[in-house]
Amino acid sequence: MPHPDPEQRTVAPDGKPAHEQPKWRRDFPIDRPEEEYISRRDLTRFIALTSLAFATGQFWILGQSRLRRPPSYQRLPIARLEDIPIGGSLVFGYPTPEEERVLVRLGEERLVAYDRKCTHLLCPVFPRVEEGVLHCPCHNGYFDLADGRPIAGPPRRPLPLIELEIDGGVVHATNVVLRTT
Amino acid sequence: MSQPSPRPRFSRSQRMGIVTGILVIVVLIVVLQLWLFTASMNAYLGGDHAILLPAALVSLGCLALVAGLLWYTHRLEE
Repeated sequence: MPHPDPEQRTVAPDGKPAHEQPKWRRDFPIDRPEEEYISRRDLTRFIALTSLAFATGQFWILGQSRLRRPPSYQRLPIARLEDIPIGGSLVFGYPTPEEERVLVRLGEERLVAYDRKCTHLLCPVFPRVEEGVLHCPCHNGYFDLADGRPIAGPPRRPLPLIELEIDGGVVHATNVVLRTT
Repeated sequence: MSQPSPRPRFSRSQRMGIVTGILVIVVLIVVLQLWLFTASMNAYLGGDHAILLPAALVSLGCLALVAGLLWYTHRLEE
């Protein structure tokens, strides 16, 4: 009996060529070259699902940005200026006590304040005033104390900046600024 | 029992080459989508929302391209 299909080395029980077999038999071939082709085709299909997942995630982020309203921050007193020595720091909650921020007094009238959560994996950061950095001990991330931008380690985004005002010797927090660069 | 398909237009070795090429293109597109996703998440967390809509549309375009290539691999066996 002549071979019905030159590409098919193993003949199905009914003797028909591969393209005449039912789909389930074509999807589970016996011949190695056909099996390699099918597995590569199925890998392509699986990676296409990953593409769908990324597109879905992208629209989820877009939806979150459209649905969530930006929070409004009110002006709140933090501390008296005289209570913070030059080179000293203070951890405070703004706008709620649960949201920790860190304030550092760099000079007579120069104060900076940032969110205390590292932008890598949200560990608390600690000021090292003598080195001019904020340090995250979890993964050795470093931020510039002067502007909160990442200078070493895994963080890529700057720390959110807390805007401050000094009024009558009292330091007030007025706003939180998220930043990408 | 499903109807048997007609003989494919391409030989198996030809189909193998085509599917391998499509696989490479699909992987490159998905890597681009991964980069778009991480950049968008970074922008979102940094408060920059202007980039999110164009990024989502580009990602949707990538998905459409991948779907088209997938449809072509399906057509190869017809």
